[in-house]
Amino acid sequence: MLKGKAFNTRLLHAAADRDPFTGAVSIPIYQVSTFHQDPDKPGDYDYSRSGNPTRKALEDLIAQLEGGSRGFAFASGMAATSSVLMLFQPGDHLVVSEDLYGGTFRALTTVFDRWGLEISFVDSSDPEAVEKAINPSTKALFIETPSNPLLKISDLRELVKIAKQHNLMTIVDNTFLTPYLCRPLELGVDIVIHSATKFLNGHSDVLAGLVVAKDPELAEKIRFLQNALGGVLGPQDSWLLIRGLKTLGIRLDRQSANAQIMADWLRTQPWVEKVYYPGLETHPGRKVLSEIASGFGAIVSFKVKETEILNKLVRNLTLPAVAVSLGAVESILTHPITMSHAAMAPAQRDKLGITNNLLRLSVGLEDPNDLIEDFKNAIN
Amino acid sequence: MKINTTLAQIGNRRDSTGAISFPVYYSATFSHPALGESTGFDYSRSGNPTRQVLEQAIAQLEGGIAGFAFSSGMAAITTLLALFKSGDHLIVTEDLYGGTYRLLSDVFCNYGIEVSYVDTSNIDSVREVIRPCTKAILCETPTNPLLRVADIRSLSELARTRNLLCIVDNTFMTPISQRPLELGADIVIHSATKFIGGHNDVVAGLVVVNKAQLAEKIGYLQNAMGAVLGPQDCWLLIRSLKTLGLRIAAQETNAQVLAQWLTTQPLVTKVYYPGLLDHPGHKVQKSQAEGFGGMISFEVNTIEIIPRVLRQVKIISFAESLGGVESLITYPWTQTHADLPIDTRERLGVNDCLLRLSVGIEYVQDLIDDLAQAIGGEDDAQG
Repeated sequence: MLKGKAFNTRLLHAAADRDPFTGAVSIPIYQVSTFHQDPDKPGDYDYSRSGNPTRKALEDLIAQLEGGSRGFAFASGMAATSSVLMLFQPGDHLVVSEDLYGGTFRALTTVFDRWGLEISFVDSSDPEAVEKAINPSTKALFIETPSNPLLKISDLRELVKIAKQHNLMTIVDNTFLTPYLCRPLELGVDIVIHSATKFLNGHSDVLAGLVVAKDPELAEKIRFLQNALGGVLGPQDSWLLIRGLKTLGIRLDRQSANAQIMADWLRTQPWVEKVYYPGLETHPGRKVLSEIASGFGAIVSFKVKETEILNKLVRNLTLPAVAVSLGAVESILTHPITMSHAAMAPAQRDKLGITNNLLRLSVGLEDPNDLIEDFKNAIN
Repeated sequence: MKINTTLAQIGNRRDSTGAISFPVYYSATFSHPALGESTGFDYSRSGNPTRQVLEQAIAQLEGGIAGFAFSSGMAAITTLLALFKSGDHLIVTEDLYGGTYRLLSDVFCNYGIEVSYVDTSNIDSVREVIRPCTKAILCETPTNPLLRVADIRSLSELARTRNLLCIVDNTFMTPISQRPLELGADIVIHSATKFIGGHNDVVAGLVVVNKAQLAEKIGYLQNAMGAVLGPQDCWLLIRSLKTLGLRIAAQETNAQVLAQWLTTQPLVTKVYYPGLLDHPGHKVQKSQAEGFGGMISFEVNTIEIIPRVLRQVKIISFAESLGGVESLITYPWTQTHADLPIDTRERLGVNDCLLRLSVGIEYVQDLIDDLAQAIGGEDDAQG
């Protein structure tokens, strides 16, 4: 029924949009842990960890939007990532984007290391570097693109080609773009992960992770792990996320447009040293991103020239919250080295250029003129 | 202060509005007052005010110093298993929840975590399997589904002398009846989906510890692995805790009556309930807990009766899970314990004639009548 329908239409109608009992267009919240079993006719649900109707509606929706065979909802983006990492065995090796979310770095280097998972961190915007890091025990590429916080762009087409040659799985964290702008599975990627706390939900009010797999056999393995490990998303949060997704398209259109305005403006400011935004003509990944995605997203990172400016912004800005997280309707300003990337080893941060003068702006739905005005006032 | 007072007061007047019911904080992130300064909350995975009220409450109830809330009981156990590394060895209760068994045997064994399954109600069999690389004893008591009772004091003592962690799954008892940390255990786990939630409407897990170093490690893993409980579910658990004392008392009273009634039924060949005087664990249970719980398992004389019972129960629901105000009946052979190998199930006595009953707060004679007609009555599905 939804085949050939536009993305914005599918956002509204790909989930259970008509309750079979009542006709309700918003799926009910099944706040239930267990289900009565008919001994003669086993139903679809027995225990909410294994499957819950509200969560299922969300899981079907994200699978549809990403173009995968099956979706899975988790208690957080990190619960999603942890569960996917459980696909591997001691001695397995992964090639991972070096510039990535600090929490993922922490899980890889301080939790999964105890079970013998080996990691090489490389600049995944350089396919040659990725290929060079592959060894006989490599099992997967784990890519974040655009990367967090420096917005480096990896060419997923090239990476998939390399992965296929070496018989590796490709896993992509699609948090920054969402399926509205980029659908990695269509480019040959095997698994997409989301911190759905960010753009997918978009309202700073749900913590959630989503995973979509393309191949049904791989999906079955993830289903097993989701149930066995139990890091599932609750029904209330599943419902809020379905609700958040309804406006994903219009939110991202506006947020990306606002981000472009903010990036252009920041670039002209004398107190700004450098602006990182893939929508800028000067961004090295712009061409690749415009070929594999239909937009540049709403995250802008920038470096200021002096610590004094940093302090002024953090202290005086009235609209953007100074906080971790991103992707919400409210603009958020993050200081990566003390917040989102505090968990990353300082040596790694220095190597990447995640320095004290770097700020990350998640651009929300506020009028960009108000945001610019707020920045001007904060500086003066 | 008596425990029922503590329970009723959870979350009361904890915020500036004077709200008796603590608010549900949906916020994923929290604004910083200034760079390097924090309100104590930065990001809800790392800490959420509603979750904190729940975590502090369970810590207080269990007599620990820190509590942790997870998205399910299995997420709680998964997170605890991350305390161990490849090559570590664990001693685990042999008749335990099938999901825990699956997690250990199908997931963590791949990471080189070795497990010996033993009868933890027998301290000698635990002592015998300790190896140099043994790191912990993970024990369920009373066990699921056979309600065997392990002596938590002796196990903790053994663990202490051999430098092992003693982890107790307290799901069947709750801190109302049993507080393992006070008996010497290091870590308590709950599937809070069960008696703590108590309304068959929340999936959740809880962990409590009483040592600062362990608290720090588990807090780190909870945040790093991220399987935290959402704010709405935390709030529902806080709400559940307020009636925990009343519910457990009612469920236990009903269970005692039902267990005794079951022993008089001709088609029932065996009744497992620690409150029965001839239960082998009765004495130990009495010495370490203030009650016998709301769980009963029983065997019928032939597998032929099973489908009839499951089809004919009218008040009792045929469903997995347990601990809720609504009574549930479970067939462990194909449901909760289907993941245990058949020979293990048979050796333990988890056979195809065993049924597990989670006794709710319905009027007990209605439950007796329901079971009586289901076990002994005509099969009305044919009619």
